[in-house]
Amino acid sequence: MISFISYLINGISLGSIYAIIALGYTMVYGIAKMLNFAHGDVIMVGGFTIFWTVSTQGMSPLIAIPLAVVLCTILGVTIEYIAYRPLRQAASSLVVLITAIGVSYFLQNLALLIFGANPKSFDSMIPVPPMQLLDGQITILGETTVTVISCLIIMGGLSLFIKKSRPGQAMLAVSEDKGAAQLMGINVNKTISLTFAIGSGLAAIAGLLLCSAYPTLSPYIGSMPGIKAFVAAVFGGIGSIPGALIGGLLLGIVEILGRAYISSQMADVIVFLVLILVLLIKPTGILGKKLQEKV
Amino acid sequence: MALLDVTNLSISFGGLRAVDNFNISIEKGSLYGLIGPNGAGKTTFFNLLTGVYKPNEGIINLDGNNITNMKTVEINKAGIARTFQNIRLFKELSVLDNVKVGLHNRFHYNTLSGILRLPSYYRTEKIMNEKAYELLKVFDLEGEADYLAANLPYGKQRKLEIARALATSPKLLLLDEPAAGMNPNETKELMDTIRFVRDEFDMTILLIEHDMKLVSGICERLTVLNFGKVLMSGETATVLNDSRVITAYLGE
Amino acid sequence: MTKKPGINQAKADNQVDTNIKSNNKNSNGTIKKAKMSKSTRDNMITYGIVPIAFIIVQILEAGNLISNLMSGLLVSFCIYIILAVSLNLTVGILGELSLGHAGFMCLGAFTSAFFSKCTVDVITFAPLRFILALLIGAAVAGLAGILIGLPVLRLKGDYLAIVTLAFGEIIKNVINALYVGRDQNGFHASLKDALSLNMTDDGEVIIDGALGIIGTPRDSSLLVGVLLILLTLFIVLNLIKSRDGRAIMSIRDNLIAAESVGINITKYKLMAFSISAALAGVAGVLYAHNLNSLAATTRNFGYNMSIMILVFVVLGGIGNIRGSMIAAVVLTLLPELLRGLDKYRMLIYAVVLILMMLFNWSPKIVAWRKQHTTRYFINKIFRRELKPANIDQNTADQNKGGQ
Repeated sequence: MISFISYLINGISLGSIYAIIALGYTMVYGIAKMLNFAHGDVIMVGGFTIFWTVSTQGMSPLIAIPLAVVLCTILGVTIEYIAYRPLRQAASSLVVLITAIGVSYFLQNLALLIFGANPKSFDSMIPVPPMQLLDGQITILGETTVTVISCLIIMGGLSLFIKKSRPGQAMLAVSEDKGAAQLMGINVNKTISLTFAIGSGLAAIAGLLLCSAYPTLSPYIGSMPGIKAFVAAVFGGIGSIPGALIGGLLLGIVEILGRAYISSQMADVIVFLVLILVLLIKPTGILGKKLQEKV
Repeated sequence: MALLDVTNLSISFGGLRAVDNFNISIEKGSLYGLIGPNGAGKTTFFNLLTGVYKPNEGIINLDGNNITNMKTVEINKAGIARTFQNIRLFKELSVLDNVKVGLHNRFHYNTLSGILRLPSYYRTEKIMNEKAYELLKVFDLEGEADYLAANLPYGKQRKLEIARALATSPKLLLLDEPAAGMNPNETKELMDTIRFVRDEFDMTILLIEHDMKLVSGICERLTVLNFGKVLMSGETATVLNDSRVITAYLGE
Repeated sequence: MTKKPGINQAKADNQVDTNIKSNNKNSNGTIKKAKMSKSTRDNMITYGIVPIAFIIVQILEAGNLISNLMSGLLVSFCIYIILAVSLNLTVGILGELSLGHAGFMCLGAFTSAFFSKCTVDVITFAPLRFILALLIGAAVAGLAGILIGLPVLRLKGDYLAIVTLAFGEIIKNVINALYVGRDQNGFHASLKDALSLNMTDDGEVIIDGALGIIGTPRDSSLLVGVLLILLTLFIVLNLIKSRDGRAIMSIRDNLIAAESVGINITKYKLMAFSISAALAGVAGVLYAHNLNSLAATTRNFGYNMSIMILVFVVLGGIGNIRGSMIAAVVLTLLPELLRGLDKYRMLIYAVVLILMMLFNWSPKIVAWRKQHTTRYFINKIFRRELKPANIDQNTADQNKGGQ
């Protein structure tokens, strides 16, 4: 029972990271109607930025982290501007998807060239002491506490931003109907750029949390969590912010429990089976909306 | 007995009753028009007929068979073929192949014969080519048989869509605004073609159209839809001169 | 709807013009024949490239003009070509994106290697053993294609891509965790470790988890590879130009219209997907029998491999079978030829992929390209009197007329 609870806590911690990454996917999918395959690799860029500035340049994490957020934000907006925007009017969604895969591949291999394939060890930058519960039977790591709290703050902040602020309302409008939003005087391009900016900034934070919880860093570190976070976004219902939270948490728990009780090698298999089951039973996810094509 | 018999057909989206208690009866061999202001539910009715939407209530009978709730593919096999308001051709296929896709369910050979090029492949493809050219000739498209459908001018794309629908050898042909975007010359030519198709293929045709010249020129009977309901049905001349219909179109 | 009279006039003229043309071509049988032979000739070139390349390689090899490194790569070329052509069936002909192609290759490789290793003492005639292994590998991969496609092909675009990716990873991970052994009591399987197979002393581990299969007979050769490429081309090209191929492409071009003329969507999607998977399985068989030891790693059967095949397809032109073949060879050959470039190979692939997509699909760039054709430049350079504004006007009119 005790071990189950600590697995559950680990699951929630991992799930919170998935949820933050899933936010980036779900917002971009909801608003730009595209699967940003490169999102996971922006996480990797965030991780490497922090690693490089702190470990090699000796910067304080307090400067390095905001720097990484800014860098990832710029990267996200640039990717959208160069690679995705010119294709937005293209006929097939396949076109943008293949381009996004190209961008993902590009970031991975650029990092490979710069930093090499060997995994770097990443020192946790979270100076919070572990918590002992039930006479030391359960330990909650400082990383876990910080991860869960940041996840909740981000979720709350983002929900408020979308409900209350003008740019947030513009995002909602663009996600409903791009054409109508444009007619109402909303700058669709700017709104989509903003979405990428927010998603990529969050990816930097996710990179920090991911590397702190699993302290290794390699050019491929973002791709699997990225894909799993997309699974989480689909699970929760793509386009929905609470959906990303629910999907992320559930997926994190499933993965950790699967790893603990079934087999560590089969954990990924289980995660993907969840995706397939969700898509077959309820393709719109837990909190998703139904879309119908007009004939 | 009528070829198409629709009774009490209804569908709603959200709270809106897009088609409300709709009745229509179309005799075999007739040229029937469905008119009404934009948003009256005409295309929705076509989508109900072809199984794109499932009705909430009502029965659709085609030639004595109940086709309500059948799937689109089965409805086509039962004998309804259609064209679309926004043209839906197989753009990257040749004009000839577009028609041959329409012939798909009428001439068969199995996959293996196709890959191994067995005699049945050559035999059937030859027949399909002949049939397809026959149809293309009706629409004066045989010269463009090898063009990509996407490269045809607009008016010819509309004709190709009709040819493809006819290739499935339907009992009932549904045309959704066939003259949309055509100039008066093309429209006139289209009217002749539609009449020719009806006579030559002994076809029953139901068409949606806004061009009153076309409607009054070729339709024998009309049904007017307004806000999802039948405003009136009858002989073309009677309907077009009815004050209620004029009001629906032009306002009070 | 009001229209400018000028455009109507142009359209009407156009109409008359084509009428005259079609009158001139009364005997449409001759037109048909001419066109038919053109597409046949096209296919003949596609087929012809393969034996010609094979003969050239043989001559070069006889003259010792090929480095050892290169001749080691020859079978890999065949594998990549088969993979690219078969993926093009899914991406270009069916119009669905699959990111799990390497998974099907993995299945074909492991089932066939398993068969060959088990029967290496029983069936001593290598060609027969290889043909049987080939059939098994293709059948299992094709069957997996059906099983996976049946639920998954209902999904659209992005979802389908991610689910095929997931399936590819599942196949790879399961095979990595799979242990199969044989002793006097028959076969044993486990997902834990070799010890849990509980075999008697004479037992032999055949699939050893992450170590895979060691000691597959090396039945592949360049000749076998070339024959399998020809087989793949034969199947794919003949399928495309048949009743079923038309149905598959009609789904790609317009699903709703295809349904409206009675095309069974599920059947034809499944057909294309499973044939594509079976051919990936064929590539896997060739791969497995070209190596002494077969293990499923991210490099050979992972997501990266699937992406690499996709790059071949995109670069060769989506839907262009011959293009896939050429792209597969060129993109594998190029980094080997330009020494020192190997490090940058993947990066170059990525950049090429992005640029190709932008170049081919961005509406603005496509429009720009139409205005800046070679002819335009020639006009600009040699015939100054033909003002650019005129040409722009003409193309603009044509565009309007076409709408």
